[in-house]
This record gives sequence, structure tokens and C-alpha cells, in this order.
Amino acid sequence: MTLKLFTLLLQAAVSTLGISLISIAIGFVIAIVLSAAILSHKPAYVFSARLFISFFRGVPLLVQLLLIYTLLPVIGINVPSIVAAIVGLSLCTAAYQAENLRGGFESVPPGLIEAAEVTGLNPQQTFFRIRVPIALRLTFPALINEAIMILKSSSLVSVVGIIEITKMAQDLASSTYLPIPIFASAALIYLVINSFVVLIGRFAERSLGGASA
Amino acid sequence: MSLPAIVIKNLVKRFGDTTVLQDINLEIPEGKVSCLIGPSGSGKSTLLRCLAFLEESTSGMITINGEALGFFENANGKRERLPSAQIRAVRAQTGMVFQQFNLWPHMTALGNVSEALKTVHKLPRAEAEARAMAQLRKVGLENRANHYPSQLSGGQQQRVAIARALALEPKIMLFDEPTSALDPELTGEVLNVMRDLASEGMTMVVVTHEIGFAATVGQQISFLDHGRLMFSGPPSEIFAKPRHPRLDQFLDTYLDRGASMLV
Repeated sequence: MTLKLFTLLLQAAVSTLGISLISIAIGFVIAIVLSAAILSHKPAYVFSARLFISFFRGVPLLVQLLLIYTLLPVIGINVPSIVAAIVGLSLCTAAYQAENLRGGFESVPPGLIEAAEVTGLNPQQTFFRIRVPIALRLTFPALINEAIMILKSSSLVSVVGIIEITKMAQDLASSTYLPIPIFASAALIYLVINSFVVLIGRFAERSLGGASA
Repeated sequence: MSLPAIVIKNLVKRFGDTTVLQDINLEIPEGKVSCLIGPSGSGKSTLLRCLAFLEESTSGMITINGEALGFFENANGKRERLPSAQIRAVRAQTGMVFQQFNLWPHMTALGNVSEALKTVHKLPRAEAEARAMAQLRKVGLENRANHYPSQLSGGQQQRVAIARALALEPKIMLFDEPTSALDPELTGEVLNVMRDLASEGMTMVVVTHEIGFAATVGQQISFLDHGRLMFSGPPSEIFAKPRHPRLDQFLDTYLDRGASMLV
């Protein structure tokens, strides 16, 4: 296998990485809104958030991507395939991250909230200074897990015409008749990226929470 | 005689159908250590939590230094809730220490003690931390200021929690079984900090199973059983023989808790 082939795979890795990271970030913001909606205990908010989550968790990502890609032009929105890919991945990961976050908020020990209350923090201060940092710390391992899942699931966006690692590897394998070294290289690239995500996650976890509990 | 720090009048607390506190009447004297003792489920912790307004009483009144806590009686004798700003102002007169310490795990000892000074009292960071440091020094933990709670022993965590409450300069300190979650060899350091505080004339209300502490440091002992205040008085009276049979029975179970000298 030549260096040129490997370079092509690395170029495709940039798409994988870019699409995944942007989707995880957008998904995180949506997830905070969704978990806040569920924790609000207002029936309309809870129902909407639950509906969103059950759809995006219950339908295969591949089907979601195909639906978004074919549906958007029909309702008059013409978007490049990269946008369709990011929308699909973001909405899907938002559903999973929302459930993680909700679990995190609910696992904050009530005594820590009471301690904030008796020291005079108002509900907003308690939310941002106490609940969010503790919930984030509790859900961080799950968040890293989700980031890895999305990095791997991003191979599915090839169905809407994005050339990322997996698609590039398939194309190169069929044109060079060297499937084994090429797919092995692709596997290696995924492994290296995800190892970095784990490393960054550990570092962030440590700086988020000081010493672990 | 100075005015009582806390006046509890006809206090009732129900959780659903269960009555946890039945018509409690008690005055907590200012500058004294008042201990609430009694078996598990007697309602002593609930009473303390009502004083911290972590539980809202079902009926009755609590006044703290003459100001109504949470509710007031209107002209028709009906109980009404006070505006939340006013509730916060009255609550600020009390500091609370919990059985489980409840330190915030994502902040250092210094961060825990200075948090409310920064966010609630809007002190500049340097001043808040200087005041927090002074409190940590007071409980003997200035060299642990940058440790996270998970790096501290239980006794140290509880002392940080006491410093956190003291930093807000409360007039009354409420302690909810402050040593019950500690290994026996760690209770001493917490009780010592509490003794120091008592000798400075802090008004303290202490729910405790440390009968030895109650008998030696307590100046008012209140015995609760099944949600009722059975009796209240100075330790010389309460623990003197002949004792109320229910108290005798209760003390029997605490022989190994430092109460042996009373039997």
C-alpha cells in the first residue's frame, strides 16, 4: 500500500472528524434544552422532549439520514449533503445525550442542593454553580462514550454522499484490489482518533472535577 | 434574661398521613447550646430541618430573633407564607451543618467556604477567599484549603462544612447529627470545634446521639419521642435521678456512646 493511498484516507478522516465533532457539540446544546424540558415537569415540554427522544433513539441512524436527505428538498429546503449529515447526526446524538444529562441531573445528591439553599444561593445560582458542574462530571464518561459512538456511526453519512474514512476505504479497495491493507489502515485511523478522544476526555474529567470522588 | 433566639410555637409537621411533629413548643435560649436528643424517628431531625426551613411545617410558628420564619399570622389568625426575599433574610441568620457534610465535590475546601460569599454576598474574590481562609484557620484546616472533599477525611470534611456555615456569620448554628457519619476516632475533632464555638457564646441547636457531648456541653436538653417533646431543661435536671422511665430506657441503649457516666 502506497503512501498516497494512506494520505487519501487521512484526508477523508478530516471529514469524519469535522462532521462528528460539530454534531456532538450541536447535539450537546440541544441535549441541555431537552433535559431541561424533561426536568421542568411541565407536561407540554416533557411530552415534546420525550417524543423527540423516542423518535431519534428508536429509528436507525441510517434511516434518519436517508429521511432527512430526501425530505428536506421536498419541503423546499435545498441543503448540501454535508448539512444533511450534520443535522442527522446532531439530532440523533442529542437524544442520547439528553437521557445521559437527565440522569446526571437526577443523580446530584439532594443534600448538595440543600447545602446551596441554606447558604443562600438562589435557584439560578444553585443550577449553574452546583447542579450543572456536578451533573456534567457525573455524565462525562457517558458523554465520551457517546462521542466515540458518533465518530464510528459517522461512517453512515456516506449514504448521503459524504466521502469519509469508510467510504474512501471502500472506493480505494475496489479500485486498487488491496482491500486488506486499506481496511486495516482505516481501522487504525479510527482507533487512533478514538484513543485521542478518550485521552482528552480523561484530562477534561480531571480538570472538571478536581480529584475524582 | 435576653430574648430567646428561637421560639417554636405549636409546631406540627405531617408527611401525608404521618404526623412527625406533634404540637412542639420550645424556646431556644440565646448564646447557649441546645441539644435535641431522642430515638431514631422521634422527629428531632425534622424539627431542626424546620428551623432551617428545609421542611415547611404544617402548622404553628417559628420565630428567629423575633422575626417570623416562612409564615406569619395575619389579622384573622390565619397562616400565610412570607415573600421569598424575606424568608431568605430570616434564614440568613442561621447556619446549617449536615450529617453527610454535603460539601460540593467539584470545589476545593476554600471554594466551598467562599462560594456563597462570592455568589450571594458578591464579595470580590480576594476578600471572599481571605474570609474563607480565616474560617478554615479557625477549624484548623488552613493547610487543607486547596484539597477537594474527596481528599479529606470525614472529620476534616465536617470541619470544612462548619467553616462554610460560619463564613456567612450566622447568629445561630444548626447541627444535624454532625458526627453520626464519622468513624468513632474522628468524632473528637468535630466535637472539639463545636466546643470551641460554644465557648465563644454561639447559639447552637444540636441534634445528636453523642449523649456525652449533650451532657457536658449542652445547656438545654430536649428529649423527643414519637414526634412529641417529652421534656426540656438543663442537663442537671434532665439527667438527674430519678429520671423519666422513657429517658432511662433510651439512655440504656447509649451506654457505649459516652453516656456511661450518667447511669
